[in-house]
Amino acid sequence: MEAIYLSIPLVCLFAAIVAGLFGTHIGRRGAHTITILGVGIACLLSIYVFVDVRNGGIFNGAVYTWLVSDGVPFEIGFLIDQLSATMMVVVTFVSLMVHIYTIGYMHEDPGYQRFFSYISLFTFAMLMLVMSNNFLQLFFGWEAVGLVSYLLIGFWYERETAIFANMKAFLVNRVGDFGFLLGIAAVLFVFGTLDYAAVFSTAPGAADMTVMDPFGNEWHWMTIICLLLFVGAMGKSAQVPLHVWLPDSMEGPTPISALIHAATMVTAGIFMVARMSPLFELSETALSVVLVIGAITAFFMALIGLVQNDIKRVVAYSTLSQLGYMTVALGASAYSVAIFHLGTHAFFKALLFLGAGSVIIAMHHEQDMRKMGGLRKYMPITYLTALIGSLALAGIPPFAGFFSKDAIIEAVHHSNLPGAGLAYYAVLSGVVITAFYSFRLLFLVFHGKERMDEHTRAHLHESPRVVTVPLVLLAIPSIIAGWLFVEPMLFGEYFGSSIFVNPEHDTVSAIAESMDGHVSAWAMMSHAPHSLPFWLAVSGIALAYLFYMVAPGLPGLFASTFGFIYNMLVKKYGIDELYQAVFAKGSLLLGRAFWKIGDIAIIDGLFVNGSARLVGWCSSIARTVQTGFVYHYAFAMIVGLLSLMSWYLWS
Amino acid sequence: MGFFEQHILSILIWLPVVGGLLVLATGDDRGADIARKIGIGFSLATFVASIPLYIGFNSSTSDMQFIEHASWIDRYNIEYFLGIDGISLPLILLTTFLTVIVMFAALSSVRERVAQYVAAFLIMEGLMVGVFSALDSILFYVFWEAMLIPMYLIIGIWGGTNRVYASIKFFLYTLLGSLLMLVSFIYLYNVTGGSFSIQSFHDVPLGMTAQTLIFIAFFSAFAVKIPMFPVHTWLPDAHVEAPTGGSVILAAIMLKMGGYGFLRFSLPVTPDASANLAGFMIALSLIAVVYIALVALVQFDMKKLIAYSSISHMGFVTLGIFLFTVRGIEGAMVQMISHGFISGALFLCVGVLYDRLHSREIATYGGVVKSMPMFAAFAVLFAMANAGLPGTSAFVGEFLVIMASFDVNAWYAAVAAITLILGAAYTLWMVKRVIFGKITNAAVADLKDLNSPEFLILALLALAVLAFGIWPDPLINVMQASIDNLTVLATRSKL
Repeated sequence: MEAIYLSIPLVCLFAAIVAGLFGTHIGRRGAHTITILGVGIACLLSIYVFVDVRNGGIFNGAVYTWLVSDGVPFEIGFLIDQLSATMMVVVTFVSLMVHIYTIGYMHEDPGYQRFFSYISLFTFAMLMLVMSNNFLQLFFGWEAVGLVSYLLIGFWYERETAIFANMKAFLVNRVGDFGFLLGIAAVLFVFGTLDYAAVFSTAPGAADMTVMDPFGNEWHWMTIICLLLFVGAMGKSAQVPLHVWLPDSMEGPTPISALIHAATMVTAGIFMVARMSPLFELSETALSVVLVIGAITAFFMALIGLVQNDIKRVVAYSTLSQLGYMTVALGASAYSVAIFHLGTHAFFKALLFLGAGSVIIAMHHEQDMRKMGGLRKYMPITYLTALIGSLALAGIPPFAGFFSKDAIIEAVHHSNLPGAGLAYYAVLSGVVITAFYSFRLLFLVFHGKERMDEHTRAHLHESPRVVTVPLVLLAIPSIIAGWLFVEPMLFGEYFGSSIFVNPEHDTVSAIAESMDGHVSAWAMMSHAPHSLPFWLAVSGIALAYLFYMVAPGLPGLFASTFGFIYNMLVKKYGIDELYQAVFAKGSLLLGRAFWKIGDIAIIDGLFVNGSARLVGWCSSIARTVQTGFVYHYAFAMIVGLLSLMSWYLWS
Repeated sequence: MGFFEQHILSILIWLPVVGGLLVLATGDDRGADIARKIGIGFSLATFVASIPLYIGFNSSTSDMQFIEHASWIDRYNIEYFLGIDGISLPLILLTTFLTVIVMFAALSSVRERVAQYVAAFLIMEGLMVGVFSALDSILFYVFWEAMLIPMYLIIGIWGGTNRVYASIKFFLYTLLGSLLMLVSFIYLYNVTGGSFSIQSFHDVPLGMTAQTLIFIAFFSAFAVKIPMFPVHTWLPDAHVEAPTGGSVILAAIMLKMGGYGFLRFSLPVTPDASANLAGFMIALSLIAVVYIALVALVQFDMKKLIAYSSISHMGFVTLGIFLFTVRGIEGAMVQMISHGFISGALFLCVGVLYDRLHSREIATYGGVVKSMPMFAAFAVLFAMANAGLPGTSAFVGEFLVIMASFDVNAWYAAVAAITLILGAAYTLWMVKRVIFGKITNAAVADLKDLNSPEFLILALLALAVLAFGIWPDPLINVMQASIDNLTVLATRSKL
């Protein structure tokens, strides 16, 4: 079994190296064959491991010792349990779909082999992240996926916007990593090890350890650890205020927006917090912060999605908002629900992104929805799959998103933590907004008047099979993954010991109780027409229909009537400008001041060259005595002789 | 034991020196090719001769190994006394490895006075190995000062337009500090009752005042060398003016002598003063990490940027050293070795561009990836390493130092970890402006990608950076016993 675990990431790494280093030798066909083969094998093996884990085959062991520092071993190793096996299947399946789709999407791109190499490398890094059995390797994977994200956002390196976006993404993530690494340091300090199993088993004993801050406040170490780790999650999973990089990451090719910036990498933060559930459960302060941050992200990012005209950006803001939903679930101690939503979201969001990509190809790389419309009849498969994705996103039963989103809302409803009330209303109102913007997209792109130019219209056609097959394959889980998994994942023993919930926080069990124990998918669906979220979603869709199909003048009217709000949303609350002015310009200003004043003026000018000048000045004084006239020297000798003699006589 | 085993350190010192003198005999540039070949031959031979050090090294003990002992100046009990432990071994291997790299780099980048250039580097290699293996303080001092001469010449002769200012600044800055160190050695000679042996310095009891004064003297030598804020301003000037090979050796090896000095002299000879002043040293280190990183951000000249980045990274070394913990010193050592590879590689990358367009200005470039894809791949790899990406050797040192400083004081760790953001900022911004983007001018469009020697040396360095990043255990393992012992010496009182 160990050999299988090891080969799952390594086969992807191997394919990435071959496609990357020998891309010119093996050609395009060679590159996509080997990488798809690699990821395909990884996907099949992951499913095998998944089944094995379901039958009790849990593994925790080291592969090799990275280093031993001061007697503490730091190891590279795997923890294969329900949580990691679930993630492995999601990651490799979506990755496989994206690999296949890429053949069609990138077929004209000169960087074809490079692209395949990168996405396989990404799959390797993501697998190392989710399979890790310790914090160190988690951080390895964490940074490695960040690196690949950097490379892929900047894939079209001649575009100024792309290479700005990738640097921004890396740096904002580094702000998160700053917290994350300190969190890891705190774990090592408190527990003396970075091994999950050892840390989690001793965590309850450390729950009461406290420390004073310089202002005399007492902090629980557990709160500090969890908050620092969560800063990392905020970076990777793009939570407010570290969300600014994700919309810009859309500069990368669409397949990676689907794979990295929707389905997998951005959910690493969610996965990490779920993995750390034995720690987060010990700090209500931390859970409360997680809840509030998630709620803010879920609500305010969804609002921006309303006013975007770039098809990919709508989906991007939707991703931000949905990540907020997952974070809310984490804060409500509903870790299993968060992972459940992570899974369903991975399928329907990848589907939506790939659908958007299919539209973008058909539109000759036009991404402005105002220049689309009526595409339904040209692209029936894309339309149908996008409809399925939108219904899942909006949370309409029986599509996958319904179950996971409904469970999140219910979980928050049952949470008693500070901030839970606010979070509940945020996620509830988020439902209307989500339904509205997803159907706004659908109506603008696929229905209504055909607003494209003649040339584009003449060439409109459905995308090739390599594009549509992944769409269909992703549409299937977007329909069925919800009712298939809701019962075991949320109310069964699906996650076993991989997730720990303090009975006091157990909101998921509270949901089950409120349903009088009838916790089947069917019960949830039949309950839906009697619940608020369902009608909110329906009204969101109805509103979108009204605005974009019935009365197309309404959006303009609203925009001009509520101009202030509209402008604020278009400007994304001005956060980008603020960061640019304060952090980017501020550091440059500070750097310039330190350089010109500190280094050049004070250290070099005053001290280094100053002391050189001082020496020069002293010697110039001394030089004036050296006149070269014999009588001056004779006089000096006499004076010296006299003074010496007098000193000798009088002392 | 044969002659070779008994005198391996002497061979490593004198073989390249002899090689250097031999190269000088080839005379003017008519024999340039022969000079280059002799250079490569001798540096390779020295490197191969240094491998038995690693193989034969006993990592379970902190005792000095490969000892050579002979009297030199009997009147003052000055000895020719060599030996290495786990701290000096990796630094010696780094020296012999990088000299080979520099010799290969000289194939295409040096055109004038080739013989003298090659000779200077070979002689310097011997002297540097001498610094890392001398166990007699006067012998150490002789190597330490003698090493300045070839470097002074390298900057002064093959340097850029402002080379005279830079080389004199370099020479005076470093000389002033070393003289105070010599005075301390003489004082310690008297206290120990007539011994210049470094180990006898370790054992001699010293009062607090004496320790403090000696610490300051050592500080002025080693802080300038490494360099620490605020005595760092010679380094950017020296780097900008130095030829590529000079920059590589300067950044990769010479700076490490400061760190080595702190470990070999300051901590064990003046433990109480070191502990007393540790707060001050840590403060200076943290200033270096943040202040210098911000200065690096606004540089226009690639070499200056990398020079400032070096100073910032050396802040991690001094931070790790003055934490007085095993993990801190391990981190400092790994950081030194890793920085040797990475800074060397980055200066070589700048050299590759400079050889083609004769400009170090960031603004000259843009879109280099289009014309030099192979070079760009290496440059991005080394840039990521410079930003401390896990999987590269740089992460190991930074990780260990941050972990160690959190144990001492969480705020130290918090300030040090800012480097995660700033280090990435200045490195990636440079990459963005030089490597990526649209091609801005015809000269960049016509750039030729790496030739085979360039490819070879960058690939070797890339392998080293990745290997130690993925599996640093062998490196730490060699140092373990010596660092444990050093920590014991540094934490006992000598009063």
